Amino acid sequence: MKILRIILALVFWTGITLLFFIPDLGAVTGFIPKLQFIPALMATNFAVIAALVLLTLLFGRIYCSVICPLGVFQDGLARIGAFIRRKTGRKAYNYRKGIKWLRYGIWVMFVCALAAGIQLIVSMLDPYSTWGRILGLRFSLPAFIIPAAALVLVSALSITLGRAYCNDICPVGTTLGLLSRFALLRPVIDRQKCRNCKACEHACKASCINIAEHKIDLSRCVDCFNCMESCKFGALKYGFAPRKKDAAEDKAPADPGRRAFVAGAALALGSTAAKAAELPGEGEERSVPLTPPGSSGVKDFYRRCTACQLCITACPNEVLRPSLKAERLMQPEMSFEKGFCRPECTLCSSLCPSGAIRKISREEKTGYHVGTARIDRELCLASQGTHCGNCARNCPTGAMKMVRPEDGGRMIPVVNEELCTGCGACEYLCPVHAASVEGKKIHIGQ
Amino acid sequence: MNRRDFIRISGIATLGAAAAGCSGTNSRKEDTGGAMEYRSGPTGKVSLLGYGCMRWPRTGSGKDSPVDQETVNELVDKALANGVNYFDTAPVYLGGESERVTGEALSRHPRNSYFIATKLSNFDDPSREKAIEMYESSLRNLRTDYLDYYLLHGIGMGGIESFKKRYIDNGILEFLKEERKGGRIRNLGFSFHGAKESFDHFMSLHDSGEISWDFCQIEMNYMDWKHADARTNVNADYLYAELERRAIPVLIMEPLLGGRLASVPEGISRQMKEREPDLSIASWAFRFCGSFPGVLTVLSGMTSEDHLDDNLKTFKGFNPLNGEELEFLEMMAARMKEFPLVNCTACRYCMPCPWGIDIPGIFKHYNTAVTEGTFAQTREQKDYLKLKRAYLKSYDRAVQKKQQADHCICCGQCVSHCPQGIKIPGELKRIHKYVESLKQDTI
Repeated sequence: MKILRIILALVFWTGITLLFFIPDLGAVTGFIPKLQFIPALMATNFAVIAALVLLTLLFGRIYCSVICPLGVFQDGLARIGAFIRRKTGRKAYNYRKGIKWLRYGIWVMFVCALAAGIQLIVSMLDPYSTWGRILGLRFSLPAFIIPAAALVLVSALSITLGRAYCNDICPVGTTLGLLSRFALLRPVIDRQKCRNCKACEHACKASCINIAEHKIDLSRCVDCFNCMESCKFGALKYGFAPRKKDAAEDKAPADPGRRAFVAGAALALGSTAAKAAELPGEGEERSVPLTPPGSSGVKDFYRRCTACQLCITACPNEVLRPSLKAERLMQPEMSFEKGFCRPECTLCSSLCPSGAIRKISREEKTGYHVGTARIDRELCLASQGTHCGNCARNCPTGAMKMVRPEDGGRMIPVVNEELCTGCGACEYLCPVHAASVEGKKIHIGQ
Repeated sequence: MNRRDFIRISGIATLGAAAAGCSGTNSRKEDTGGAMEYRSGPTGKVSLLGYGCMRWPRTGSGKDSPVDQETVNELVDKALANGVNYFDTAPVYLGGESERVTGEALSRHPRNSYFIATKLSNFDDPSREKAIEMYESSLRNLRTDYLDYYLLHGIGMGGIESFKKRYIDNGILEFLKEERKGGRIRNLGFSFHGAKESFDHFMSLHDSGEISWDFCQIEMNYMDWKHADARTNVNADYLYAELERRAIPVLIMEPLLGGRLASVPEGISRQMKEREPDLSIASWAFRFCGSFPGVLTVLSGMTSEDHLDDNLKTFKGFNPLNGEELEFLEMMAARMKEFPLVNCTACRYCMPCPWGIDIPGIFKHYNTAVTEGTFAQTREQKDYLKLKRAYLKSYDRAVQKKQQADHCICCGQCVSHCPQGIKIPGELKRIHKYVESLKQDTI
């Protein structure tokens, strides 16, 4: 049982992690990010959401041990922590009650943020995107602090307390935990066989087995099956709930209490304050940001994107980079210092799990106009009388053309706004940065 | 018996054997396991391999050092011994030396064991006197009182205007027709360079009966077949078709395109060797030319014995190309036409480019890729993806992105500095187009 779980977990985890380094694997493992809970929520992918709900109702929080890459990562670190503790004569884990106010406070804040569209909170709390940001550390050096802090926090918690992050902080864990208490299959203690040795209690990473009362807090159990492996008396099995309902085993959480509410509200207020603060920007300063073709518009894009960095790491032309602006912290925007959005490339749209960049074909891409080019006549060589024309020569859509101005003189570049898709070839290839692209708010249908 | 008798007897014996096997002007000899291939000419069987006498070796390396008569004698002897019986020269070849030297070498053999071809090269002076003087001097130099094949040299160059001046207005064409009647010229024809209009004109003269051409010499090889340089030439498939349907025997010059087809870019030479590991690259060009039944002889300027040996290997027991091989050569020709090398010598006079383009770097990378074959030519080829990736990756490594060809704004400042006269912006644009076609998979 546990072996099977571990094998599956490694397959999923490797599939996602490699994808951040070898985007071409998208054809094989690209489906795994699309199975992640919050991205599926963003993409309103009801099929996936329903499947995950069903999965949890059938098997418990198996998602947290197999599909979630941050979860599998924590399992790896937890092993180290447990090993060290055992070597020094201590127990690997001990039962503890969860920090309900924190867990549900954050959950309330999360739900409010979701409703209010404060995407920053949603993306920071998404475990898959947290893992993506950690993997994408090399790309987000200026915003280094955020993924680094997450890495430190998650690592510290998993080494010392196993799945504390998953049970006391992560809103996905909390949501699935609401369902897993009704799971059809769950770890069951056979009281007949149990000798109260507490081996399982000390093996449980989620610290959710209370042998004193022979109770397992199913809302916190992540189906790692450590407990079953540890029981020498075969008293712990993965099976159906016993006929007799034990008193007070799986009750809905006690009223979170004022504590939780206050905590949640405080956090929400704090993040709104952060929104106002402006961090130094990177890349071109544009009045309307550029988001990739496949996104139907700027607002829709930033509403769905969970800043997982998958598109940023995949972009072969280094066009996508994480924003440092507070209102879209770590979410991608396009800039053309290192390359331009090539007409034949649809990699980001094929990978995006949250529906922020919809999957489009090369042909469909031509219909997405993400921006419009413009020429600064004072900088433009041709407009100032020197031979050039590189922008027009390389424009993939023929939007940029050289024309002879009425009053004679050199030919100058002009933009046909209807044809311009905002790909950035002109901006990238202009030697004096006279050509640049201004973002459009709505990308298609205009 | 002495060498002459031996040569005479073996030569006649071979001719006899060839005669027994051949019939009609369009015959191809079946494989006799190593005998020279012959074609039926208007006045006798001609070896399919003809000796071009424009490229005899010199004793020294300078352009003015004398032609190496001794080596020429050896080459002529060996050629005749192996069945080559056609020798093509002209008064203007090798500064006038060619006729004299060829005449000297051939005079050591019986006159009826070879065909001599020479030309009226009256380019400079179109006067009648000069033309007749040149004609008579050719007879003298070649030590003969008749010429088997006499050509109006390179008509078409300078168009119909020039042809009229050289041959019509001065009555020389009529003179030559008289000489033909009198037997001092056995076959009268012309060699052609120039535009289609001129060629069509010469064909119309034949059709109208004004002058009946006994043969025609054209530039033909697997490049010029369908990809001749349009500025100076006509596609050989057209020329050949026009001649064949009039049953005018075709003589071929430039079978190797001035030697270029002896060493082709790596990807192409590799494929040739894959098909025929033991045949030379040049042999493909020669086999191409000989594969056409209307061809009487293929002229090769064999400067050294190696050339002669390789050609003898090709033309003895001649093995024509089949349909698949012809298609293969056509594909290779199309690609060589599409992807010519840039003749940059990396002198760096063009640098520094005011916009930072790494001109020599770009050319070097491109040339290396073409000659070494890390060069995708069509997306249908089987290793396309591998080659595409190799090219694009190596390009990014060789030249920084901001210095690549797409950033060239064609300001043209480099052009005047290039000692090779390379049209640098144009070549950069061409390379950039290639890169774009790779990235977009439209190649």
